[in-house]
Amino acid sequence: MTSKPPVRIGIRAPTNPIEIPKTRREFFKTGATLAGGLTLASGAVLPALAEGGHDHTMAAGGHENESPMILGSAELVQYGSRSPFEKSVRIPHPAGSTASPDTFGKMFHIASPIGEFHGTITPSSLHYVATTRQSYMPEIDPAKHTLTIHGVVDRPLTWTLADLKRFPSVSRLHFLECSGNRHGPQNKNVQESHGMTSCAEWTGVLLSTLIKECGLKTSAKWFVAEGAEEVKGASSMPIAKAMDDVLVAYGMNGEAVRPQNGYPLRIVVPGFEGIFSTKYLRRIKIVDRYYMNYNDYGHLTETPTDAALRYQIGPKSIITRPSGSQTLAGPGFYEITGLAWSGGGAIKSVEVSTDGGASWKRAELKSAPQRMAHVRFSCPWNWDGKATSIMSRCTDEVGQKQPTLEQVAKYWNKPYVKGYTMPGLNNSVMPWTIAQDGRITNGLL
Amino acid sequence: MVSFRLAAVALLLASPVLAETYGIGRQTTPEELKRLDISIGPEGDELPVGRGTVKDGEALFEEKGCVFCHGEQGAGGSAPALKAEKGPEAPIWQRGRILPVRAPFATTVWDYIYRAMPLGIEGTLTADETYAITAYLLYVNKVIPESLVLDKESLPKVKMPIGKNYADLPDWKPKTPRLKGYPY
Ligand code: HEC
Repeated sequence: MTSKPPVRIGIRAPTNPIEIPKTRREFFKTGATLAGGLTLASGAVLPALAEGGHDHTMAAGGHENESPMILGSAELVQYGSRSPFEKSVRIPHPAGSTASPDTFGKMFHIASPIGEFHGTITPSSLHYVATTRQSYMPEIDPAKHTLTIHGVVDRPLTWTLADLKRFPSVSRLHFLECSGNRHGPQNKNVQESHGMTSCAEWTGVLLSTLIKECGLKTSAKWFVAEGAEEVKGASSMPIAKAMDDVLVAYGMNGEAVRPQNGYPLRIVVPGFEGIFSTKYLRRIKIVDRYYMNYNDYGHLTETPTDAALRYQIGPKSIITRPSGSQTLAGPGFYEITGLAWSGGGAIKSVEVSTDGGASWKRAELKSAPQRMAHVRFSCPWNWDGKATSIMSRCTDEVGQKQPTLEQVAKYWNKPYVKGYTMPGLNNSVMPWTIAQDGRITNGLL
Repeated sequence: MVSFRLAAVALLLASPVLAETYGIGRQTTPEELKRLDISIGPEGDELPVGRGTVKDGEALFEEKGCVFCHGEQGAGGSAPALKAEKGPEAPIWQRGRILPVRAPFATTVWDYIYRAMPLGIEGTLTADETYAITAYLLYVNKVIPESLVLDKESLPKVKMPIGKNYADLPDWKPKTPRLKGYPY
């Protein structure tokens, strides 16, 4: 925050061909004719000028540039980077656990800075990463990589990446979420509590298209997807899911899927726990029974309730701003904003409470909610300067509602006490406590 | 490579929308599949030929370095325990998440070791070695007697202590709540 912009030796502001107005007021009077000329100068100047019609005390006036100029570089030309002022980074998950990479270069779970994002799409560089266990990433040459589908099909087929790109493609927004995305009273901020989910635009071929190419036999009930990492993670999934909406993706947010996210090919299993979305996809086997591979054994539970709740993800929402570890500047207007998603489909509505859950207001959804995708919500709020707590809850298209932890305990006839953990992936309401001095902390028991 | 299927010819004549397939990709050969397919189902159909004894497995558990991470007899190491503290007298769900004990099929144990261990040099075990190590780990957990030799025939027949005492996954359908009757 406090760091200075990097001043590069020998940088000179480009000579401006037009005369820059002395004050902003003057600029706004003559702005229309000057704007075109101003774009020739650095972009660093323009936003400051455009931001309002009055002079800030901090703003430099006169004919001098307010900020040092960034010298163009091959790096910035070829593959842009964010401003050095932007500092949000991923962190180990759970917070305080082994940092990635470890001394051997292995990767563990890393959480996305979900509190820093705008809109709905997680930048690929900041997408959360989960590994079946600590693992290396395979460096796969896409020219040599193939995908094979076999098993109870009429004909097993193998495709190169170039082959796959010839099929009709789809691009869809989908969230992924790790089953370890469980918020608790120990989490200081929203990255620690909710950072193991992200949302990207995935591009690829529908798995159903590829399976139809092989010819599905009627005895097919499940499919097993296998990756090329060292553990060759494999999970059994229902064939109904494969024929519905599973994506074999080579694209992520407009470019190739990133290595940490499964380059060059992965499946995206919308709405299921993250582990099902096999990375580094190389083989899919269509089978007539549950295959009980290692990942399936990991999902083994004693009761049908646990089995169901550790599969498709429930409706969930979280206020990302204002949230834990942030401080409100003082009473006045704030836009409360956050994300909502569900494994059951599109989000239908989000509600926000600013009085500790006593009353709820319908939030605005910032875009048309997509199925199994994050949607950004917001709610205008005038903080009166009194201590309170804020929280959000959502409902999805099939009518599932996001519960409070207390409601879940009640449903299962369990005492609602400190440390109560709900069955399945935790999709309960997360309250943020706001103190009189504006400081925001975790509002859980 | 061009597909040899007749459908590809049909595709040239019909519009792609009406065609049954796109004719993209090549048929995978049986030899390729044999090499690629390491998914071992509960019936063990995919298991390769080979055999292994508990005694061989005990030696291999040392030789292959398993003991460094998993500890003596698979207990007390830095990696997950492979030997349950509680014996067969304890109820299965109280014996811990120990693969050679809790797995519903012995094939799951074999499949995992073959594809994913030893950590760092995965995929270096032979079929014989995997049969032997699987036998050893099942033996230290009192799942099989010391005399049982594991191979393609005997491995899928091993009766795992969990039996059918675990929940099946729900019959998943699109656009349905995750658990019937559960409002959340
Ligand atoms: C360098 C350390 C290391 C070595 C060597 C090693 N393992 Fe492992 N093993 C691990 C780790 C770590 C895991 C946990 C993987 C996970 O959590 O996904 C594991 C998991 C396992 C599991 C599954 C345990 C469970 O319940 O989840 C089995 C079975 C296993 N190893 C067997 C073996 C065998 C047999 C060998 C020798 C051939 C071996 N391991 C060698 C580190 C090692």
